[in-house]
Amino acid sequence: MPGKLKAKIVAGRHLPVMDRASDLTDAFVEVKFGNTTFKTDVCPKSLNPQWNSEWFKFEVDDEDLQDEPLQITVLDHDTYSANDAIGKVYIDIDPLLYSEAASVISGWFPIYDTIHGIRGEINVIVKVELFNDLNRFRQSSCGVKFFCTTCIPQCYRATLVHGFVEELVVNEDPEYQWIDRIRTPRASNEARQRLISLMSGELQRKIGLKVLEMGGNAVVGYLQCFDLEGESGLVVRAIGTACTLDKLSSGSAPNTNTHMHPNTAPASNACNSPSKDGKESPLAHGCRSTHNSPVHSVCSSQRLSQNFSVSVPTLIFTGMGSGGSAGKEAGPLRTLLRQQTQTALEQREFPFFTLTSFPPGFLLHVGGVVSARSVKLLDRIHNPDEPETRDAWWEEIRQEIKSHARALGCHAVVGYSESTSICEEVCILSASGTAAILNPRYMREGCLDIGCTDHRFEDPSPPSCGFCHIPYDELNMPFPAQLTYCYHCRRQKVPDVLFTTIDLPSEAAVAGKGCLIQARLCRLKKKAQGETNATAISNLLPFMEYELHTQLMNKLKLRSMNALFGLHIQISVGENMLLGLASATGVYLTALPAPGGIQIAGKTPGDLSNEHISSIQKRINDTIAVNKELYQINPPELAEEGVGSPIPEPRHRSRLFRSHSESSDELSELDLSHGKKDAFVLEIDDTDAVEDIHSLLIDAPPPTGFYSCNTENMPGISNWTSGVQMFTSVRVLRLSNANLTNQGLNKIFTDLCENLLKSFYFKLRSMIPCCLCHLNFTVAVPEEELIQVTVTAVAMTYDKEQTQEKTAEKPVNKGSLEAEEQLQFPLELCADSSSSNIQTASKISGVAESTNISPRAASVDYGSFADRCSTWLELLRLKAHTIRRGSVKTSRRTQSLAHSVSSLERCSPLQEGRSRSLRSSRSFGGSSVTVVKMTPLSFLPGIRIIKYLGIINMFFIRETTSLREEGGVSGFLHSFIAEVFAMVRAHVAALGGNAVVSYSMKECVFMENPNKNQAQCLINVSGDAVICISETDQESSASTANTGQTGGGGTDGAT
Amino acid sequence: MSVELDVFVGNTTIMDEEVYQLWLDGYTVNDAVKVRMEGGVMDECEASKDVLLSDTMDQYRTFQMCERLLHSPAKLANQLLFQIPPHRQIMLIERYYAFDDTFVREVLGKKLSKGTKKDLDDISAKTGVTLKSCRRQFDNFKRVFKVVEELKGPLVENIRQHFLLSDKLARDYAAIVFFANNRFETGKRKLQYLSFQDFAFCAGQLISNWTVGAVGESSIDPSYNMVEDMDVDLDKEFLQELKELKILITDKDLLDQHKSLVCTALRGKTKVFPEMETSFKNLSRGLINIAAKLTNTKDVRDFFIDLVEKFIEPCRSDRWTAADMKLYLTHYTNSAHILDTFKHQVVWDRYMGVVKSCIFKMYHD
Repeated sequence: MPGKLKAKIVAGRHLPVMDRASDLTDAFVEVKFGNTTFKTDVCPKSLNPQWNSEWFKFEVDDEDLQDEPLQITVLDHDTYSANDAIGKVYIDIDPLLYSEAASVISGWFPIYDTIHGIRGEINVIVKVELFNDLNRFRQSSCGVKFFCTTCIPQCYRATLVHGFVEELVVNEDPEYQWIDRIRTPRASNEARQRLISLMSGELQRKIGLKVLEMGGNAVVGYLQCFDLEGESGLVVRAIGTACTLDKLSSGSAPNTNTHMHPNTAPASNACNSPSKDGKESPLAHGCRSTHNSPVHSVCSSQRLSQNFSVSVPTLIFTGMGSGGSAGKEAGPLRTLLRQQTQTALEQREFPFFTLTSFPPGFLLHVGGVVSARSVKLLDRIHNPDEPETRDAWWEEIRQEIKSHARALGCHAVVGYSESTSICEEVCILSASGTAAILNPRYMREGCLDIGCTDHRFEDPSPPSCGFCHIPYDELNMPFPAQLTYCYHCRRQKVPDVLFTTIDLPSEAAVAGKGCLIQARLCRLKKKAQGETNATAISNLLPFMEYELHTQLMNKLKLRSMNALFGLHIQISVGENMLLGLASATGVYLTALPAPGGIQIAGKTPGDLSNEHISSIQKRINDTIAVNKELYQINPPELAEEGVGSPIPEPRHRSRLFRSHSESSDELSELDLSHGKKDAFVLEIDDTDAVEDIHSLLIDAPPPTGFYSCNTENMPGISNWTSGVQMFTSVRVLRLSNANLTNQGLNKIFTDLCENLLKSFYFKLRSMIPCCLCHLNFTVAVPEEELIQVTVTAVAMTYDKEQTQEKTAEKPVNKGSLEAEEQLQFPLELCADSSSSNIQTASKISGVAESTNISPRAASVDYGSFADRCSTWLELLRLKAHTIRRGSVKTSRRTQSLAHSVSSLERCSPLQEGRSRSLRSSRSFGGSSVTVVKMTPLSFLPGIRIIKYLGIINMFFIRETTSLREEGGVSGFLHSFIAEVFAMVRAHVAALGGNAVVSYSMKECVFMENPNKNQAQCLINVSGDAVICISETDQESSASTANTGQTGGGGTDGAT
Repeated sequence: MSVELDVFVGNTTIMDEEVYQLWLDGYTVNDAVKVRMEGGVMDECEASKDVLLSDTMDQYRTFQMCERLLHSPAKLANQLLFQIPPHRQIMLIERYYAFDDTFVREVLGKKLSKGTKKDLDDISAKTGVTLKSCRRQFDNFKRVFKVVEELKGPLVENIRQHFLLSDKLARDYAAIVFFANNRFETGKRKLQYLSFQDFAFCAGQLISNWTVGAVGESSIDPSYNMVEDMDVDLDKEFLQELKELKILITDKDLLDQHKSLVCTALRGKTKVFPEMETSFKNLSRGLINIAAKLTNTKDVRDFFIDLVEKFIEPCRSDRWTAADMKLYLTHYTNSAHILDTFKHQVVWDRYMGVVKSCIFKMYHD
């Protein structure tokens, strides 16, 4: 019995009237944990009952503590008939299970009913007493911290980044069980809510175990998703990045990310190979041979497995793609899976990171976006305890990602995420990330043996441009790309355009401001069943991806930008169509060449529509000019060059820097494949193309005073003021049946997204000047003729006056600051190492260059449309190939994997010293409500996070049988979303917090049946509950920030 | 192609004051959109009509969801569903409970019953206030009435605390409750010239001087302060005592003495002195008779009409100015103190104090 859970029911308020005769309620409460239930006394005839119950005590395993929620049910006592349920509260007690977080949960919780919504509130106190766990073979993982935040959380520093952790659990969906036919909707919804709560608890525990096994103490970038597979079951899966985090003392600077001292790693690292790290870290910088030393078992196995895994995907694909009956597949698949398991054990995990922003110096080079999709046919999950089919699917995708990354010369994938789209029995699995080379000092087992990148470590690049430098070999480029020397340091090659899924590194040098760029696409598809359907979908996918990329590229050029960050491509499947939505934040990186213009060309030179073409050309040129103005893109070297006029790249310029490059051969090869084309050419050969161009120009720029992005940081804006408004918006469009064409659909879909943005701008106009950050669009096709778009974002105000100054000064400030910080640690690390001196020296020189950009760089390199095309085509062809081969599969159960992980020998170092102190003063009287701020970002402007209280991960179902009475579908969903917000805020407040960061709405599944006057909606939200305080030295935020901590005196609602 | 569902929910509830007012005024969504378009809000953010429609619908929904909470404003402060900054909460409440003077003028003194509610469409047609707005205002009156009916303690304070209203608005509601409770007649043609604010002022005077609570303020016993309905019902004892004032008109000597004292004081000070002199007895009889009859509920209801008929109209026909009126009433009240045989000074002051200030307020065109 390693834990004792205690709960006390204090009072209720605003209860609904349950007895029409007396207009009152006789309420009592059932408190349930696991199989134990306690009841309070009935508080007769009151809508504001005071129970003041005793402490209900549950003695439970800590495993259960992690899995189970505390269930509180409020009921109306009825002497003659069954007691009526008023509603429930589920309390996730996980935040109480690790020492640094909350010590007590106490506060007013909305009483929630799946049919009626929120019905009053209940005041509850919950505590946990944990005994030291002596069982080394335990199944619990108490003490592992979880963060949704995709960067190293404020007030922590990462001493070690262990890598990728993933897990999934499956179960049958209660709603699809036979019993559901005789259950009430309420019972069915509650069964589902409870099951998902249990499953996510279990999932988190299992991930925690993996983290402990790796020697970590936290999961950052924790991303949990549900797949509602309908009849085939319910999958809850999660990925994250295991880390060892150290809490910083509260006195230290808020900007903790820079405090990553790699040399502290061995000290705090209570894991498998402590001694090796000690040796390795200081040397890693200059001398790579250590990693190949045979004593370093982890590393060598990693190397081995890497070599091995190259061939694995091929194996898998041939094995699985052979078609025919699934029974036959089982054989080879089985052995294969076994092999994979072995390798998985050897190599531990994929070199994937769910983080999107990193401490300076962590990210060395970025290769580009890697993504993989696969279409699967769902089949019933026969045995929930062995979810290996789904595991294998993801394994396969991850392998593919990994091989793509390797093709880009990268050993790691950052900004990694996974998603699914399900329609009936077809499921599209997607994974994407950014191939990258990381600084191995931060990883115990970073893949350190990629020969081709050797020189990069020896010749470190300045932080403001280093990540742009190509990681792949110029001789064996994975795809044709146009390379030039970095416009910053002139030493390394950079591509003409860079796409990534991560956030803009804080040290990156940019010109002007960023902006949200979206590509939207609809593709009609015939209705079909089973394999035919899956084949049709997988045939469409590559074309969709290609078009999305083309759109993105065009729009990027149109804005005169050259890089995309936070790229997220979602492909959603419906019965008769596929929707594709790509969102990213465009930015002008000064290290990359300036983008060329867009040139319109008719099919034949002497076309009749020549005038038409020239008018379009003019419009495009005008738009580019306007956009440059709008986003303040004035890189110094571009000053006197017209964008529309393509200037061929002077070839001699690149030779100027030849001394830096390896060989002249490769230069000539480079010249052969590129350099002859000028601007981006759009050919108008049919009406489609005209439409495309029109749609290109349709995107309205945000109104004056607004900017938008989908990343954590808005490029070019950093002087935030205190105004923060998080919002969720849902719009569902019903298509009329008549004459739907791809073009028409595209237009409709584009308008839908554009109108949503326009609505946001209008609604938030009082916040001008303001930026919409982290705009996260999710599309779905809930029914045949419906398109649903869900958006969550945050609007933040900024100081317009300061912006101007700052952008001007920015490169200088940033650079020098960076240099200082960088100076600190390498010197500290290995003061006698000459390489570090070189590094710092080069950094300083890099800074000098960035601030004072030399006129040599004046020539511009223009991308060529044709080349671009072939680039993507090439990649897509590759992708399509694998997709097609791996596409249609009827999943069957295969032999069980040796899935369980070897039991842990070590307890978490955090087990001891669990001290709990009751928070001093929290009023239960509840006169005023704590203000809880919410944001999808990892930070709040002007506010410092002093404590992370644990993750919030909540799942709700709401159903109605009186849709019209609740204000129709909009009224129903509006109140449900408001209720979800309220419940999140209440839980955070009860934990003692005053804000939620990294908030996201993972799922918003809406179903309606207006004829029956019914609707149902499922929402899953998550985020990190935090305590934050205003940075007192920042005058702007002082007024609004500290509201949460003091439960100031308001008036009590005496009735 | 049609928008099936469209919602926008902010963590901090977004409310546009202009739209709130349109909602309160009972505009339909489409009418509200028209008004907003005419107001030029579209130019602000390059918005289109669709954007405006979507925004208006969202806001209307939000207000509808909030309405339940606004019915007991104290709940708004500690509900969890909407995160609304305190100053916004105050705005929401204050505006929700605000009313049109033209509307309230129509129902002032009427019983707040279902019957009256049925007549609201007539009132709506007459006043130009939309029926929806009329209903809200009427329901507000009724709600406040119902709540304070059961509460002990000072009326204005109760309203202010219970409905979190500003002092001004709480006083207006106190007047409405007071009028509804005593069913003062305000609808007669002769009273039409009086505004709600005139009546509200008079109600304030009556509440603070003629009710049980008014005595309580000066009372030593604090428990006396908490009598039920203390501010809503007139002090019965006082009304009885008012009968004693009759001596001023029944006793011939006293009447003459009073008249001569007043006339002496007024002589030469006003142009309308002759008229004052001739009508003194009539006016005095009028005022004292009103006082003497107040024990009758029916006559209480006619208090204002009586004041107008018996005093204000005669004076007006004699073309008294407001200053004349003030002068006359001041001397009329003060002279009674000098009368040796008149023993009811306290009651006299309590009566005349209110009557004086009511007449001052009501004496206009």
